[in-house]
Amino acid sequence: MRILNLLKIAFKAIVLNKMRTLLTMLGIIIGVASVIAMLAIGEGSKASIRETISAMGSNMVTVRPGADDRGPARGSGGDVQTLIYKDYEKIKEEVSLINYITPVVNGGGQVINGSNNWPSTIYGVNPDYLNIKVVGLQSGSMFTDAEVQSASKVVLLGQTVVDNVFPDEEPVGKMIRFNNIPFKVIGVLEEKGENTFGQDQDDVVIAPYTTVQKRILAIDYLNQIMASAVSEDDASEVVEQVTEILRSQHKLLDSEDDDFTVRSMEELISTFSSTSEMLTILLVAVASISLLIGGIGIMNIMYVSVKERTKEIGLRMAVGGKGSDILMQFLIEAILISITGGLLGVLLGLTATVFIENFLHWPTSVALYSIIVSFAVCAITGIFFGWYPAKKAAALDPITALRYE
Amino acid sequence: MSKEIIKIENLKREFTMGSETVHALKGISFTIHEGEFVTIMGSSGSGKSTMLNILGCLDQPSSGTYEIDGVRVKDLNRNQLANIRNEKIGFIFQSYNLLARTSAIENVELPLLYNSKVSTEERRRRAIEALKMVGLGERLHHTPSQLSGGQQQRVAIARSLVNKPVLILADEATGNLDTRTSYEIMSLFQELNSKGITIAFVTHEPDIAVFSNRTVILKDGNIIQDKINSNIQSAAQQLANLPKEDH
Repeated sequence: MRILNLLKIAFKAIVLNKMRTLLTMLGIIIGVASVIAMLAIGEGSKASIRETISAMGSNMVTVRPGADDRGPARGSGGDVQTLIYKDYEKIKEEVSLINYITPVVNGGGQVINGSNNWPSTIYGVNPDYLNIKVVGLQSGSMFTDAEVQSASKVVLLGQTVVDNVFPDEEPVGKMIRFNNIPFKVIGVLEEKGENTFGQDQDDVVIAPYTTVQKRILAIDYLNQIMASAVSEDDASEVVEQVTEILRSQHKLLDSEDDDFTVRSMEELISTFSSTSEMLTILLVAVASISLLIGGIGIMNIMYVSVKERTKEIGLRMAVGGKGSDILMQFLIEAILISITGGLLGVLLGLTATVFIENFLHWPTSVALYSIIVSFAVCAITGIFFGWYPAKKAAALDPITALRYE
Repeated sequence: MSKEIIKIENLKREFTMGSETVHALKGISFTIHEGEFVTIMGSSGSGKSTMLNILGCLDQPSSGTYEIDGVRVKDLNRNQLANIRNEKIGFIFQSYNLLARTSAIENVELPLLYNSKVSTEERRRRAIEALKMVGLGERLHHTPSQLSGGQQQRVAIARSLVNKPVLILADEATGNLDTRTSYEIMSLFQELNSKGITIAFVTHEPDIAVFSNRTVILKDGNIIQDKINSNIQSAAQQLANLPKEDH
């Protein structure tokens, strides 16, 4: 009852001073809106980087032969023959945090269909490959384990290859030649476009690794092993386990360096994320300062308001208002201003975010926490900055206040 | 004898100004009974304002006793004093002290907002009743700027009545008004007094005192005169005797 009355009194005071209240709120509105918009931009760019990397397979762990820091005269990974099929089997068997794994062999060559030809790279893999790279099929189907076993001469083509060797035809079911060996096209990969590093991910030919090993490259080792961890968080654990297995497989002594390299996408993600996180922190810091200034604006106005209404305070005390009533009245007023300002700020922030997304085409993502946090901060700001002037009002002596001119 | 509303015994109030002690009230005793209309007079420096502050429970005596409606005021804390003011006293000020841009009815409701025992409907009902009593039943929603000085003071009187106080305390209530309007206000006070409301009217104008039934005169912190007025003038009568205004 008492609180309700005080709310009414405070509300009345706000309504009587609409313009002043609005101007006071402006600081809070801008502060909250900018915190929300800045966080949305930060979160948005982080999400878009993550998306790009996820598209490449964010859970992916790759094993290549040869260490990547062996001095100036190192050859390319393909020349080193330390990675063998047994390694693949061992990893598949022992690492439980992996859900897909494939051996990879690859080689360059010419894709020929009649008079059309195109230089591309053939990747010999198993059917898990699609799941690891997170790529689907436009048409046709993936080869089966049985076709891997029998080293069938079947291929899947990337869109770039299709564009160049089958300009006017549907490729599935047709024959092509790769380095003069005939292959049947059984599917076309989904288009993925360029990756973050400008590599055309559609310029590929996929075939069973057995076929590529025996019929094209005539090798028995592997160029690479690709696997995908159960989740992104498990990737680093997988890296460790794989390293351990391979060291024991390759019978490396403690003093010897790894003769292989294991990498996860996580490193890449963390590099990019930390950059965008820095940016977010910076933006939010700037926005927070404006929120703080908004809070000081409230204190300023409340302080002036107490001075200006000294006589009113005296009257309220004379007719029976207690110090605590006066304190609550001014505190409620400050909180009402800041909360209303906060609400308007949230609305403005969301509007600004929509604007940024649609007109500037920046990726944005409004995090619920940013709304909750900035709203809570401005409510606390109201209490914090309203407290001092309210306390001052409550401590007034009714006699002095009544006679104040 | 009727009920004692105010009972003051040997009341002293001292202020310390630097190293000097000012004796504003030097041992005053008097009693106000229910239904009395008392004017408290005195020139500036007589202790009149100090007296008023103490009577209004805005200030505490240094020594002596002060009882209002049987409650000993000394030793009460700030909050208890606020409650006494809220429930037992109605204040009227020289400059009306109405809340600007606030309707008459809301101004009158103000004291009841601080009394949680009064419901919203009750508060509204009592405010309307009080405004009707002072003859402003038609102007419930006017703001102070839309009212004349006399009307504003009537709103203030309604505000002082709304909590059904045991004592109305008026501080130079006619000080800002012209003769005609102050007679109107005095006649309102007389009317309220005739309904049994106890009034203490602090003023320095001797011609106001003739409308009350008792006059207490203070000088230098002492009561120099406390006499029953046997020849009470009717303010309504005086008003009728005033020369007619031209318009």
